[in-house]
Amino acid sequence: MSEYHLLLPEQLTLSNVAEEYALLRQDIRKARNGDTIILDCGRLHLLDSAGVAMLDQFNSLCQQRELRLIEEHCSADIGKIKELFHFSAPTSKKHAPRPSFFERLGQRGYALLGHLSEGLFLISNIFYWAIVSFFNKRLRRQGEVIRQSLQIGLNALPIIGLIAFLIGFILALQSAVQLRQFGANIYVADLVAVAMVSEMGPLITAIMVAGRSGSSIAAEIATMKVSEELDALQVMGIDPLPYLMVPKFYALLLTLPLLTVLANVIGILGGMIIGVTYLNIEIIPFYHEVISVLRYKDIMIFLVKSITFSAIILFTAAYFGLKAEGGAEGVGRVTTSAVVASIFWVIVADSILGLIFYFVEPVF
Amino acid sequence: MIKIHNLHKSFDEKVVLRGVDLDVFDGERLVIIGRSGCGKSVLLKHILNLMQPDKGYILVDNIAIRKVGQKDLFFLRKQFGFLFQGAALFDSMSVAENVALPLVEHTDLSPAEIERKVAEKLELVGLPGTQDLRPAELSGGMKKRIGLARAIVMDPKYVLYDEPTTGLDPIMAASIDKLIIDLSNQLKLTSIVVTHDMQSVEKVATRVVMLHVGKIIFNGDVQALHQSDNAVVNQFVSGSIEGPIQPKPVKY
Repeated sequence: MSEYHLLLPEQLTLSNVAEEYALLRQDIRKARNGDTIILDCGRLHLLDSAGVAMLDQFNSLCQQRELRLIEEHCSADIGKIKELFHFSAPTSKKHAPRPSFFERLGQRGYALLGHLSEGLFLISNIFYWAIVSFFNKRLRRQGEVIRQSLQIGLNALPIIGLIAFLIGFILALQSAVQLRQFGANIYVADLVAVAMVSEMGPLITAIMVAGRSGSSIAAEIATMKVSEELDALQVMGIDPLPYLMVPKFYALLLTLPLLTVLANVIGILGGMIIGVTYLNIEIIPFYHEVISVLRYKDIMIFLVKSITFSAIILFTAAYFGLKAEGGAEGVGRVTTSAVVASIFWVIVADSILGLIFYFVEPVF
Repeated sequence: MIKIHNLHKSFDEKVVLRGVDLDVFDGERLVIIGRSGCGKSVLLKHILNLMQPDKGYILVDNIAIRKVGQKDLFFLRKQFGFLFQGAALFDSMSVAENVALPLVEHTDLSPAEIERKVAEKLELVGLPGTQDLRPAELSGGMKKRIGLARAIVMDPKYVLYDEPTTGLDPIMAASIDKLIIDLSNQLKLTSIVVTHDMQSVEKVATRVVMLHVGKIIFNGDVQALHQSDNAVVNQFVSGSIEGPIQPKPVKY
């Protein structure tokens, strides 16, 4: 353990701190852990803020290297200056006050209100243009509705057929086991028919179409938004809503009910296979049972449902697609949100419509 | 003539334009320079009413574009051609369909006339015979040329270019510059070019305006630009690191 005796110069100011600091470091270069450094301030009589900062830094350097630092012969004036300029870490731990529960609630509510009004605005705009372009030939794009219908409808046929078949099949199988215990075999036909037509058919078709076409519509619009193509349309004096969204709207309105019809038929066929093979019901009685149980109310329910769902799918896709920002990441994000939101709203609407039709007999 | 008066625009906290006054005279080629993110593109989008200002107004041929209704706005926009930074061609259509789109939507021309007009404009931008290609098959420079053909297909009075030479090799950039000059001479266009490419400024500009932190700090011809005593302008023109602008993202 050795001692180093360092003598500070007469002045320690902005003009010479750098050199002095370098000298001091040079002096303690060989010091090891536990050595004592004695800093003699006896000569020092001129000190400024830079000097104090330098001393502070030297102090922390010594602490870092675990050296003991002692200051000697400090005059009262120098001590005062040191105290004045001494750097101290902020002691207050106070943060900006976090927004209270009600503030956050209000902010959320306000943002939600904004989204809601934006959405309503978009919905009414699309409806407006859908009606206007129905009567105005200029606003229509030749063959666009057909093209979109093929995209949305025809290409979805195999997958929707398969899913509907499986749903009808499994629905019949699960209920057949129960119904057989009571000898109520024939009622499998009623159950499958009603469940498919008024509930499962519209719902699974809408969910499949939301996943298939809702996502592609959202991604297409979002990509056009981020690559400025929507702006380009506007510059050319073409409103993107009637040009892009309305044909898709009509295509969805056309194809979703048709796809639902297909899903219903195939689902009932799936149920029939169980009826024929597992419950020994003949095809003809099964068919008659299905026809007798389906009333015009069920047909109405599935029509209203699938038309509502097609509007929901289009609006959510358009809403999220038009909100896209940034690049590829933004497109991915809004596509995900669009699919999640449209499936969510489809199920919500399904429950609401189910409730309504339970209590209300449709008059149309 | 376009008159921009005291234009202010901010996005949330970020103030982009803080009082821009600018007159664009008929027949000139005005170049707007400035650092990335200083609000040049935002200014262009205001002229087309793609964005609405927070304060201030824009007059196009003495018509306030903010006040016009939807129908007249489209009529007004038809006087403008806009070349987007990424050309913004529609991927689902061929080159010919892209260029013909404004004609199909807004005019009663027969298909043959449209075809003739498209061919003429493609010839003008130096890409004849590319009608049947898809945008995905084109290089960056070709895309910009097609975008330009689409911008001028309605025979606009004003053509706005958003960074026409960004991302192109020097030769292609030079040819785009030449195209801008030729078009403005042949078709008597008023051009507004936003760029930060100093080479193209020197070739294209009849007047230069520099935008810095949302305000216009220089307005004059190319010669005056080089002789300017404004330190910011000098640093931008010479492209040096030392100067009043520090090359780090500034939050203003």
